[in-house]
Amino acid sequence: MQETAWQVSLVLMLMITFGVVFVAINSGKREEEYGPLVKRAYSFRTKLFWAVALVFFPAMIYNLFDLPYSAKAVAGSGPAQVINVTGHMWYWEMDRDQVEPNQPVDIRVTSADVNHGFGIYDPDLHLIAQTQAMPGYTNVIHITFPREGTYRVLCMEYCGVAHHNMMTEIKVGKS
Amino acid sequence: MATYTYTPVPDQGAKAGVLAYLVVSCVVLLLMMLFGLLMRMEQAQMISIGALWFYKIMTLHGAGMVGIVALAGAAIMWHFLRQYVDLSTGIFMANLILFLTGVVMILASVLLGDFHAAWTFLFPLPSTSMGMWSPGAAALFMGGLLVIGVGFVLLHLDIARAIISRYGGLGRGLGWPQLFGPDDGNAPPPAVVASTMVTIVNLVGLVAGASILVMMLVNLYVPSFEIDPLLAKGMIYFFGHVFINAVIYMAVIAVYEILPRYTQRPWKSNKVFLASWTASTIMVMFIFPHHLLMDYAFPKWFLIMGHIIGYLNTFPILIVTGYGAMMIVYRSGIRWDMCSRLLFVSLFGWAVGAMPAFIDGTITVNYVMHNTLWVPGHFHTYLLLGMVAMVFGFMYYLTKPNENAPDSALDIAAFWGFVIGTLGFTMSFLYSGKISAPRRYAEHLPEWVPYDKIASYFVILLIASVLVFIFRFLTRLGLASRDYQRASLARSMAT
Repeated sequence: MQETAWQVSLVLMLMITFGVVFVAINSGKREEEYGPLVKRAYSFRTKLFWAVALVFFPAMIYNLFDLPYSAKAVAGSGPAQVINVTGHMWYWEMDRDQVEPNQPVDIRVTSADVNHGFGIYDPDLHLIAQTQAMPGYTNVIHITFPREGTYRVLCMEYCGVAHHNMMTEIKVGKS
Repeated sequence: MATYTYTPVPDQGAKAGVLAYLVVSCVVLLLMMLFGLLMRMEQAQMISIGALWFYKIMTLHGAGMVGIVALAGAAIMWHFLRQYVDLSTGIFMANLILFLTGVVMILASVLLGDFHAAWTFLFPLPSTSMGMWSPGAAALFMGGLLVIGVGFVLLHLDIARAIISRYGGLGRGLGWPQLFGPDDGNAPPPAVVASTMVTIVNLVGLVAGASILVMMLVNLYVPSFEIDPLLAKGMIYFFGHVFINAVIYMAVIAVYEILPRYTQRPWKSNKVFLASWTASTIMVMFIFPHHLLMDYAFPKWFLIMGHIIGYLNTFPILIVTGYGAMMIVYRSGIRWDMCSRLLFVSLFGWAVGAMPAFIDGTITVNYVMHNTLWVPGHFHTYLLLGMVAMVFGFMYYLTKPNENAPDSALDIAAFWGFVIGTLGFTMSFLYSGKISAPRRYAEHLPEWVPYDKIASYFVILLIASVLVFIFRFLTRLGLASRDYQRASLARSMAT
């Protein structure tokens, strides 16, 4: 997902850059009559509007189909393995730290004090899931770990002077 | 009816109050940039200041930057708006005095009281310090924010009064008669439309922000006065999002007002323009759930609303304001100087920064990129290369010796240093976000450090360039208050 976000951002940013450079290059010679130029520009703008709409709206809708808020989209079979997590300044309290791969996991996250963020990093250090750890609320991450290994948990919401040290691990499989 | 004939408007010098705002902006902006450099160098392991100082500096950098860009944006808005409506200089100066009072309180809270709960002051962190700061330090910080907020409420109330008095209502300030009825060509000018929008959203945002600050101040000393952390978070992000976004909508008035003077082409408040500003008024207030997408406890419809408006919000930026600037410059014969360059590039910075921003507002992306360095990556792009470029463009406009004064090679080099430094720095942020480096970490894992080093070098280039901008402004300050032709007129094909 991060790779896609990066590439889509680069493409869109480059398209804007080309447009701006094109205008800058063509800014030197003056077209005295602004009215006809405005009419042409408005006509192009209408086309641009529909082009952007035709790309953005389907993307906006498509990205609503796989939301992380429910268990429906999670792969794997069998009953969910449950991990209960409580964030504290500045450590994670978990009632288990080992789960099986390819089997759904429900991670129930809350906080005993301030806001924290429960971020799960795969063995290659890519963030694969997160939710906020809120005092008074329990947020549930529905996830299936696809491969065995040691997954790191990092705090994703600033919580004070040792925020960056608030790490723990989840072992997936026998490793 | 749309006409495309430009009616020349004389360039006016700035009032002393505007210059006071801008001088304070220069000083604080530079200091906050240096704080930003220290943070990047600490993450890059080029210096060692320790976690406590990192987070203290981070708290000052956040609060200071948000406050100072608001002050600089207000200076631009007030300078141009007063050419259309009757504004109170007393209230304008009262805002500056309250701002400086708030700054002193915040500095004391952080530097003397060790407060470091970040500028977002998420409840209940300010009151849960684990002995790292006292309730008094937390109260001083939140009180400082409250004092600054009160100043801006006063300023916006005065602006609302002036617009209502001149145009007959805030709806008329947004040009609703021309938007929803026949366009008689009498819609308020863009500066008034933008100021009306900013005033509406900021008054609502500031009331929400002040409310939660007061609630938290009471809770600090009377813990039995309980606050729902989720409600507090919603109110804080509503206020924070509205307030920081409003600064761009204030500063863009410089583009609306100055680029037409250079290109000798009008920037019209036509129906599309008015529709876009009314849409922005609504969207800026309802987009804030995109900060809360990882708070699953909020209703799902609320979070989906943030996702959808994030996409819609790009349209006014790209299709109306960004495109409008391109249209007015295209084949205009514009003469490029420091002012016109910075204003032109500011629209580029705003538009280009909005791309990774709306992508971050996509829920499935946010799931793996929220609170990574991707976030400061996009907001530094549109604030620094967008909003701050507008401010420096305005400063160069005010202090240009005459309409034909050439720029020195140093200024031109500083312009390119600013553009390259900002892009290099923000792209390093974005790339660090792509590889999952979290934001607000005093210490980075070894995998992330190389990009922190690259970012630090680009920040040094950026700050060196900004030093030239500020030096030029301060040494030519005497020119800024005089009335004379500043904008270089576009080349005519006949000449």
